Formats: sequence, C-alpha cells, structure tokens
Amino acid sequence: MTSPREQIERYLRRLADWRGDELTFMEVCGTHTVSAARSGLHSLLPRSIRLISGPGCPVCVTPVSYVDHALALSKLPEVTIVTFGDLVRVPGSSANGPEKAPPSLAWAKARGADVKVVYSPLDALELARELKDRQVVFLSVGFETTTPVIAAALQQAIDSGIENFSLLTANKTIIQPLLALGTSSEIKIHGFLCPGHVSVVIGSNAYRSLAEIHGIPCAIAGFEPLEMVRAIVALTEQVSQNHPRVDNCYRAAVRPEGNSKALEVMFKLFEPCDSVWRGIGEISDSGLKLRAEYRKYDAAQRFKVELPPVLEPLGCRCGDVLRGVISPSRCGLFGKSCTPDSPKGACMVSSEGSCAAYYQFRQEDGK
Amino acid sequence: MCLAIPMRVISVDGNLGRVEASGALLTVALDLVEGVQPGDYLLVHAGFAIARMDADEAQENLDIIKRLTESPEP
Ligand code: SF4
Repeated sequence: MTSPREQIERYLRRLADWRGDELTFMEVCGTHTVSAARSGLHSLLPRSIRLISGPGCPVCVTPVSYVDHALALSKLPEVTIVTFGDLVRVPGSSANGPEKAPPSLAWAKARGADVKVVYSPLDALELARELKDRQVVFLSVGFETTTPVIAAALQQAIDSGIENFSLLTANKTIIQPLLALGTSSEIKIHGFLCPGHVSVVIGSNAYRSLAEIHGIPCAIAGFEPLEMVRAIVALTEQVSQNHPRVDNCYRAAVRPEGNSKALEVMFKLFEPCDSVWRGIGEISDSGLKLRAEYRKYDAAQRFKVELPPVLEPLGCRCGDVLRGVISPSRCGLFGKSCTPDSPKGACMVSSEGSCAAYYQFRQEDGK
Repeated sequence: MCLAIPMRVISVDGNLGRVEASGALLTVALDLVEGVQPGDYLLVHAGFAIARMDADEAQENLDIIKRLTESPEP
C-alpha cells in the first residue's frame, strides 16, 4: 500500500499537469485552515493553483456587536455567561474599555464577571441545574455542526423544566455565504473545498444548487492533507471538464441527505434569519434564530441591555481576510501589534482563524 | 470549532453512550443519532454524537487527529 505521502505526491503531480488559467479554490472550514497551514499545503501546490481561506471559523465571522452584547449581559448581577473557549478572548468594541485593551469576556472575567468556559452546552445546562438562583446564558455560536447540539441541549432544558437557561444566538449556516462569495465580482473563486463536519449534518445534497445552478465546483473534504489534496484534484477535474458538481470526498461520515435527526431537532427550535457576518455584512437567511414559540429562551429577549456603538478594531483587516481578498500577512498589523498573545481581531484569537494559523505555522503565502 | 472526533461505543443506556477514544472513557449524548450499538464508531462534537461512522474510516481518522495534535512538522 502506498503511504499517504506518496499518494499526496501522486496527486500533486496530477495537479502540476494543469495547463489552464490560474485557479483559486477556497476552503471554508477552520480545521482545513489549520491542517493546510500545518502541512505547508499552500507551498506544495503548483503555482497555478491557489488555496485561500474563507469564512470557515465561526468565532471569526461573529460580529463585534455580538461580543458587545455578551459583555453587556455579563454585567448583570444575576447572569452567568457560559461559552465555548474560542469566544472568551475575542475583543469587543474598544469604546467599552481603555484604548489599548479592548474588552473581551476574559477581560470582564478578570474584573469580576461570572464567565465560565465549557466543552458542551450540556455542561451549561448542568450549571443551570446546580445554580438555581442564577441566570445561565449560553453563547450560542457555530455552524450546522454545532447548532443541532445546542438545540438538543435546549430541548433537554425544556423537557426538564429548567427555566434559568437561555441562549444568546448568532448561529450561522454555510451555504448562503458561499453563494455570496462564489458570485461576487470582488474575487473569482473556481471552487469550494467544503467543510467535512458541517456536511455530516447538512449532507452533500445541500451544495447541489451552488454547483448545478450557479456553476461553482464543490468538493467535500476530510481534514487530512491527503484528503484535502484529493478534493483539490476533484475540483480541478470539474473545472477542466467544465462540469461543476458536488464531489463527496468524505464518504465515511457524509451522506447525501446528511443527518436528518440533527436537522429535525435544529429546525424544530430554530428558523432561518438574516445575519451579519464580520467582514461580509448582512446576508439574508444565513443565520438561525429561535422560533417564536421558543423565544422566551432567547437571552436577547429575556434581558434588555444597552449596547455601545460598534467599533471595529482600528487597522484590522479581518473582513478582507475572511472574504479571501488578502492573505493575513498583507494586514499591516500582522505579527507586529497583532499576535496570538495580543490579538487585535478575531482571526488572530481563534486557533482556527486564518491569521493565527498563518502566524503559528509561519506560512509562506506570498504567491 | 467544528472538529468532531471518532469514538467507539462501549455501552448504551437510554440517550447516553459510554464511549472510548485513545484510552479515555466518556459519556456522550445520543439525542442526534439513531440505532446506536456497542462497537459502533460515533463522530463526537461538543458532547453529542453527530453521526455514525464506518469503523475502518474512523480508525484512519483517529490516526490523523493524533498526527494533527502532535507537534508541527518541521
Ligand atoms: S492580523 Fe490581526 S489585525 Fe490583521 S486582519 Fe488578522 S486579526 Fe485583524
């Protein structure tokens, strides 16, 4: 059996045969971003094939206003904020705090706010069970991999009559931004490397309209460099055959129809809504919010707080990075005033953010 | 953030599964999958199984995750 390395080399030789125009493919999964940076995939590809990162890190695309909202809730004396770890260091609007250190939830916690990091929304539910006199607010962010999990936890809360539990929602769906980016005139994208674990839930059929109606090649990939290269070969083939379709290169877990039970739970509690993406702006029907009958579990309804005017970090080009318009090193702050230890923008905070991944693995990305 | 890890089912009790990966045992919620049996491989994300996986592929994925979490290649 050939080793993964030999297989990668074989695929790379096939890619080197590409004689057409320069191709730009976009990966839209934070795990792909990290895997590509770690393995140096960008520099292994032939010059005529470029892999850029898109808006695949849920924390990175969450707008500053959401962090501001969470910070405002954390000031309420009865509220315990419970969140996935990725969010706690994302800076909010700098107007909230001293110029040099825009406030984050970690900043608020150091100043006495009750902020807890968990691995699962079930841990948040457990806290609500234990802390009966507290209001537990779970920060509900994520794509379709995560939203069903949050929905299932909320369903458990409802079933067991737990009332001191609510969600601050900014959940997002993946197809609409892909459509927006794939049809934008700002940058020509020749195909999408679609996220493996989001696809586990939504299924490979979910991309068919992108490929069949809008003519954008799609390939669903696992997160090993070999799997990513295989998907890039699939995309290149689609381009050369002028036959856009959806190639499922992650068959172990992704089925055409996805996980119907997860989708059912998600859509029982959530419904589509317009949603703001950092750097992209509002995209219609690209978010998920709680349905009217479950709105009493919406922390934005339960607690009324004043929000400061939104201030994006000065000089931060996360938006351009997330749209694939520039690579992180083109941002003037990259590696200077913005590093993982002292991040200016969300793309440097989350380990899956493009800026953090490029910084950590010193990606040579000038091509 | 969307990372999910394959884990092998040891036992099932209602909507909870006892699972094992790299020697660690933990409990995951089975609310989002159907018909889980001991010996199955599950893809686990944030405390919930989000899919059942083919066993060979699951093992391959575990090897990959191990490599991904080891120190970066030079
Ligand atoms: S390097 Fe820092 S400041 Fe520049 S775009 Fe990335 S996160 Fe924003």
